[in-house]
Amino acid sequence: MKLREIAELLRADILSSEEMLDTEVQNAFCCDMMSDVLAFATNQSVLITGLLNPQVVRTAMMLDMHCIVFINGKEPTPEIVSLAEANDIVIMVTRESMFRAAGKLYDTGLLDDAAEE
Amino acid sequence: MAALHFHFDIDGEDFSSAGEASVEMKKKLRQLGFPSDVIRRCSIAMYEGEINMVIHANGGNADVDVYPDKIVIVLEDHGPGIPNVELAMQEGYSTATEQIHNMGFGAGMGLPNMKRYTESLEIETQVGVGTKLTMVVAV
Repeated sequence: MKLREIAELLRADILSSEEMLDTEVQNAFCCDMMSDVLAFATNQSVLITGLLNPQVVRTAMMLDMHCIVFINGKEPTPEIVSLAEANDIVIMVTRESMFRAAGKLYDTGLLDDAAEE
Repeated sequence: MAALHFHFDIDGEDFSSAGEASVEMKKKLRQLGFPSDVIRRCSIAMYEGEINMVIHANGGNADVDVYPDKIVIVLEDHGPGIPNVELAMQEGYSTATEQIHNMGFGAGMGLPNMKRYTESLEIETQVGVGTKLTMVVAV
């Protein structure tokens, strides 16, 4: 599934790296604990989170993730957005809750990242 | 063969910059053309260590030696030391404060993750003196 389709499905605003919206992804991982993302996320996937700090972007970078979806309409700071932009990571903001965002993506066939192992 | 050496100072004052050294190292390993799996394991291991140094030890140093067949990451700080290494190695055990939890860390996965992603993890620590971690990732 393309990142562009994820944005449409979640009616999300795109805040960074719009040129990367045609990137294909197969997996997603939902979490607010970055330690757990590092421990359990395995693929180059989409990170769905409600945590807002630069470490979210750096954690995504460590795992070669392409996209971060911030839920509940949470707006990241300009520092977070520019860090993502500089590293070709798409940032989206959706008004959906984590549960609904994950449910909608799961419905389309996007896989649970951690279940891959 | 002589190693390529990278040194990083890790600032313990500013949490928002935590992880910058790991990002830099990752870029260097990518430039050197290492396989993505090797880069990923080094990055995660060093990132966890870097975050730990910022959270617990007010920063420190990272030294990375790159050989054709292995990458050696040494993280050294002058923090409080680890009183019980066996306990610290248990998944889920953490002494991090609520403030750290709110930043998305302190789930007690740091050291277990470092062990998981490396071939070897050696911990030298002394309470009140500091901690030195040596991690080896095979290429």
